[in-house]
Amino acid sequence: MSDALPILEVEGLAKSFTLHAQGVRLAVLDGIDLALRPGECVVLDAPSGRGKSTLLRALYGNYRSDRGRILIRHRGAMVDMAAASPRLLLEIRRETIGYVSQFLRVIPRVPTLDIVAEPLTSRGVAPIEARRRAGALLTALALPERLWRLAPATFSGGEQQRVNIARALIAAHPLLLLDESTASLDTENAGRVLALLAERRDAGTAMVGIFHDPEARRSIATRLFPLPERTLAA
Amino acid sequence: MSELPLLDIDRMAKRYGERQAVRGVSFALWPGEVLAIVGESGSGKTTLLNMIAGRVAPDAGAVRFRTAAGPVVDLAALPEADLRRLVRREIGFVHQNPRDGLRLSVSAGANIGEPIMAAGARHYGSIRRAAAAWLERVEIDPARLDDLPATFSGGMQQRLQIARALVTEPRLVLMDEPTGGLDVSVQARLLDLLRRLVADLGISVVLVTHDLGVARLLAHRLMVMQQGQVVESGVTDQVLDDPHHPYTQLLVSSVLAA
Repeated sequence: MSDALPILEVEGLAKSFTLHAQGVRLAVLDGIDLALRPGECVVLDAPSGRGKSTLLRALYGNYRSDRGRILIRHRGAMVDMAAASPRLLLEIRRETIGYVSQFLRVIPRVPTLDIVAEPLTSRGVAPIEARRRAGALLTALALPERLWRLAPATFSGGEQQRVNIARALIAAHPLLLLDESTASLDTENAGRVLALLAERRDAGTAMVGIFHDPEARRSIATRLFPLPERTLAA
Repeated sequence: MSELPLLDIDRMAKRYGERQAVRGVSFALWPGEVLAIVGESGSGKTTLLNMIAGRVAPDAGAVRFRTAAGPVVDLAALPEADLRRLVRREIGFVHQNPRDGLRLSVSAGANIGEPIMAAGARHYGSIRRAAAAWLERVEIDPARLDDLPATFSGGMQQRLQIARALVTEPRLVLMDEPTGGLDVSVQARLLDLLRRLVADLGISVVLVTHDLGVARLLAHRLMVMQQGQVVESGVTDQVLDDPHHPYTQLLVSSVLAA
C-alpha cells in the first residue's frame, strides 16, 4: 500500500479561535503538514491541550481553518476541504471522510438499528439491506440484539459508544478520523473495536486518530505524528 | 455537484416604515437540502420566509424557483393568479400555530383531502384513503379521520398541519418555528417525524427557528440573521461548533447545555 497515492495532504494548516466576548485570540495550530496514504493509521502524539482534537475537527470541516489546504481524494480527484462549499463538504462527509466522535449525539426516539443504518440509506441503499448490514456490525461489536429496536438515550456510555462506532464504520469511508473512539469502553469491547479498525486499516482504509491508551496505540498505529508545542499568541 | 438549485434568493429587501426588516439577503437551496435560518425575534427571518412564500411583497430582490416543469420563475415578479397556482402545487408552508395552517371548521380528513382535491383528485374513496394513510404517517389514529381538529391536542394539531402541508408532496416546504409552541416531549416526537418525512420525500426545506437544537437536528446548513442581515452561514455543525461572528458566538453561548 505504501506506493499508493495519498488520500490526504495537509499543507500549512493554521487554526485559531477568536472569542469576541472575552476579547482573546487563541492560536492552536500553525504550519501543520501531514500526508496519509491508504492503509496508514497516523496517531496524533502530543499531551493534552496541543490541539489534537482541533486538528481532527479541522480535517472534518467541523472547525474552519484560518490558512492552509486540506486536500482529500474525493471521487478520484484531490479537493481542498478548507475551501469547499457547504454542499461539497457534506458530499465529502457522506462518501469519503467518516468521523468517530467520543460520544453519540442521541437523536430522540430513533431506534438504534436505524441510527446505524442511516449513513447507508442516505446514500440510497435500500432500508432492508442497510438494516441488515447495521445488524451485522452491531453483532460484531457485541451489542445485544434486544437493544436494536430501542433508542439509545437510556443505554450505558459504552453501549452508546458502540452504536456511535457502528454508525461511523458502516459506510466504509476510505478515510476515518477517530477521536478517542475507545476511551469509554471496557477492555474487552475496546479490543473488539480495535480489531475491527485494524481489519479496515489492513483492507486499505486510511485513519487519523487520537488514542490515549498505550495498548490501543500499539495495536492500531502505523506511525505517530507529533504536534509541535505552540507559541502563545499575543 | 452540477445540479441546479431549486431556489435562488437574490438580494431580498423589505422595509416596514422606518425599519429595514430584511437587507439584501441572498442564498441558494438545492434539492433535498434543509436550510435553517436562526436569529432572535426581529432579525427578519420570518419576513424573509414570508417573502419566499409570496405572502409578503418584497421591496427589492428576486425569488428564483425552478418549477417542476423545468423553467425558472421569479416568484416576486409573478402575477398573483400564477403565483397562487404555483404555490399551491409546489410549495408547502408549516406555521408555528397549527390554527393558522388548518381549517378548524372541517374534519381532520377534509384538512388533508382538500389539498389533494385542489391538485385535481376527484374520487371520494381514494381521497379518503389517502387522508387516512397520511394520518397514520403523522402518527394520528386513522379512526380520528372525521373528528374536528379542535378536539386534538396541540402536538396532534401540528402533526395534522404537517400532513396537510406535505400530502401533495411539494418540492419546497417553508416552516416557521414548527416546534415553537409545543412541550419538550411533544417537540422531540415532532422533530423525529419531520426528520423522517423530509428524508423519505427528499423535499427541500427552509426552516425558521430560534432553537439551535432544532437546527442542529434537522438542518444541513445554517444561516444566522441579525437586524435583517445574514451575519454568518455554513454547514450547521460548523457554525454551531466554531462560530466566528460575535453575534453567533453570543447565540451559541447563551444556550444551556442539556
